[in-house]
Amino acid sequence: MDDVPQRGPSPAPAPAPADAARAAAVRALAEEMAGMRGPLLPVLHAVVAEHGYVHDDDVPVIADVLNLSRADVVGVVGFYHDFRRTPPTTHRVSLCRAEACQARGAETTYAAATDRWAASTEVEVGEVFCLGNCALGPSGTLDGALHARLTPERLDALTEGWRA
Amino acid sequence: MSPVVWVPCDAAAVSVGADAVADALAAAGATVRRNGSRGMLWLEPLVEVETDRGRVGYANLEPGDVGALLAGDLDDGGRCVGVVDEHPWLARQHRVSYTRVGVIEPTDLAAYREHGGLAGLERALTLSAEDVVQEVTDSGLRGRGGAGFPAGIKWETVRTAEADVKFVCCNADEGDSGTFADRMLIEGDPFTLIEGMAIAAAATGATEGFVYLRSEYPHAIRTLRRAIDIAYAHGVLGASVLGSGHAFDLDVRVGAGAYICGEETSMLDSLEGRRGEVRAKPPIPALQGLFGKPTVVNNVLTLSAVPMVLADGGAAYAALGTGRSRGTQVFQLGGNVAQGGIVEADFGITLRELVEDFGGGTASGAPVKAVQVGGPLGAYLPPSRFDLPMDYEAFAEAGAMVGHGGIVVFDDTMDAGAMARFAMEFCAKESCGKCTPCRVGSTRGVEVIDRIRAGTQREANLVLLEDLCATMTKGSLCAMGGLTPMPVRSALEHFPEDFGVPAAQADAVTDDMPESATSTDGGARP
Ligand SMILES: Cc1cc2nc3c(=O)[nH]c(=O)nc-3n(C[C@H](O)[C@H](O)[C@H](O)COP(=O)(O)O)c2cc1C
Ligand code: SF4
Ligand code: FES
Repeated sequence: MDDVPQRGPSPAPAPAPADAARAAAVRALAEEMAGMRGPLLPVLHAVVAEHGYVHDDDVPVIADVLNLSRADVVGVVGFYHDFRRTPPTTHRVSLCRAEACQARGAETTYAAATDRWAASTEVEVGEVFCLGNCALGPSGTLDGALHARLTPERLDALTEGWRA
Repeated sequence: MSPVVWVPCDAAAVSVGADAVADALAAAGATVRRNGSRGMLWLEPLVEVETDRGRVGYANLEPGDVGALLAGDLDDGGRCVGVVDEHPWLARQHRVSYTRVGVIEPTDLAAYREHGGLAGLERALTLSAEDVVQEVTDSGLRGRGGAGFPAGIKWETVRTAEADVKFVCCNADEGDSGTFADRMLIEGDPFTLIEGMAIAAAATGATEGFVYLRSEYPHAIRTLRRAIDIAYAHGVLGASVLGSGHAFDLDVRVGAGAYICGEETSMLDSLEGRRGEVRAKPPIPALQGLFGKPTVVNNVLTLSAVPMVLADGGAAYAALGTGRSRGTQVFQLGGNVAQGGIVEADFGITLRELVEDFGGGTASGAPVKAVQVGGPLGAYLPPSRFDLPMDYEAFAEAGAMVGHGGIVVFDDTMDAGAMARFAMEFCAKESCGKCTPCRVGSTRGVEVIDRIRAGTQREANLVLLEDLCATMTKGSLCAMGGLTPMPVRSALEHFPEDFGVPAAQADAVTDDMPESATSTDGGARP
């Protein structure tokens, strides 16, 4: 992921053009899974896991291997929150804003986080609706790791080492 | 001899530092074993030390406590909770589906068997498919995913359908806020789900199964994949389940962050690799489900009740519960609650017992203002309604729903108007977009609630809100749009002051309660 430019949550600059190596890697991933029943979601998950996001140029490759139209693939990518279209930032904060976490102050934490990293190009703050940790909220993930009781102070403490 | 200590590997325990505690214990020379969580989440990380008396628990352990723990210095203070099996919070429950969760290592198949696992599947394989379905019908088991549809009837439809291939799909999308019982079962005792699915397959003639598990649950995904590998290696899954000649293959499919994919037909489209859009019914999934083939779709907790039903017989399960709600329900206490976690109890337990006796009131110490039962589409209920028994029909009559058994507690700082607005906003965000009442109605709903709260033409907008709710209830294809009015109307009915509305005026609006909320089948949720 080192060769892709970092970006803030908005506005989104166009992603870097995919290279031939990436196209080949995506093709190999898709071919490996093409025999499954309903392979498209597993393939897209694998692309995001390997490459961080779904690049526009991945779409025709995936469509070709799975014998789908490009429109089908674009439609699916767009429908689901997980299939990001732009390179991920260095750090990701994802905070639960669902009812049980709201009951424990999630909105305060969310406001503090969006405020703190509003101008950051290194840290992206996102929202999620329930992480299944509803008795110990506010819950959230920091670079994918689940945390509980995320008050603004605790969030600050846990991200102390982060730049920006 | 090095002491044997148990440290939960459940995501909730990990979220408060269980992994670091496990590492510190191992470094200090203890033999560390990882269990699921007992479900007493406010005590996590709850570490258990094996003794002659049984496993003794120590609450809220941090890595720095490890030395004191192993030296016995924590035995007298408030941190020691005694023998965990005898803890009153657990002893007062009736753990049936959750009997092994927190007790054994989640992917230890030998321990699973020692603790009663596989007895249900073994018995099922000696019965005819018809008799297995009959046991499930006799048990009175109803779907735990929200709608409460009788599992036996669904299975019988699939069993008698003719097709070259049939499927069993487990709905583990668990998107409702305040619910985590599917997750904790899968992380703590995944073989129970696998066994339940294998029984469903044998009963209906299905040979392939999928667990649709949400991507927000990476711990559960890992544990379930490992358990499936082990089940294959020991012949519980594969070409001949426990040597019976029945083939059953099982795979995990990961969701992609869409609440609507918990709706069963949307889930099936997602499993097929498409946008998760809701399908019109009929055809029902039992006849034309995954790839158009007969498909059992059941929630994790429905399928996880099945091994016990088969092991002990349908009649034993039917002996538990109340009215037409038979067996136990795995309740989940969340939100602003002092003692949150898993309470498995027979149907019929009251909301008050759950919120006050088990929950111990709010975490903040302030009075309870309301609870929301049954997820984001469920009703808000004030303490004056806490004598309601947990029973599908009783809840429906009260304009509420049991749903997946999640109970979210709010203290007196809750703004019910804001929560009603949130319900509409959530619907607008997560609507699959297929029908207008849901897609457009929810966006309008946000605006109308904003105007009511701002006092702009309040009376006219209250009428508009009611019209909107009625249209969404009647005109939506699925319960996303159909039940979003439930939290909105209940919030307005019980807390009109949070909308700036005098009580008398609110009564006029909410007298006309929703049909979906008062019908006995739990609304439009099937
Ligand atoms: C918007 C919406 C979300 C739902 N989410 C879930 C869910 O996360 N898990 C679940 O088991 N059922 C969910 N359901 C209910 C399913 O459609 C279906 O009734 C259930 O999976 C059937 O299994 P059961 O009979 O064992 O409950 C949802 C329904 C709707 C309308
Ligand atoms: S009610 Fe909403 S979620 Fe359900 S089918 Fe209609 S648009 Fe989709
Ligand atoms: S509501 Fe936030 S984790 Fe469930």
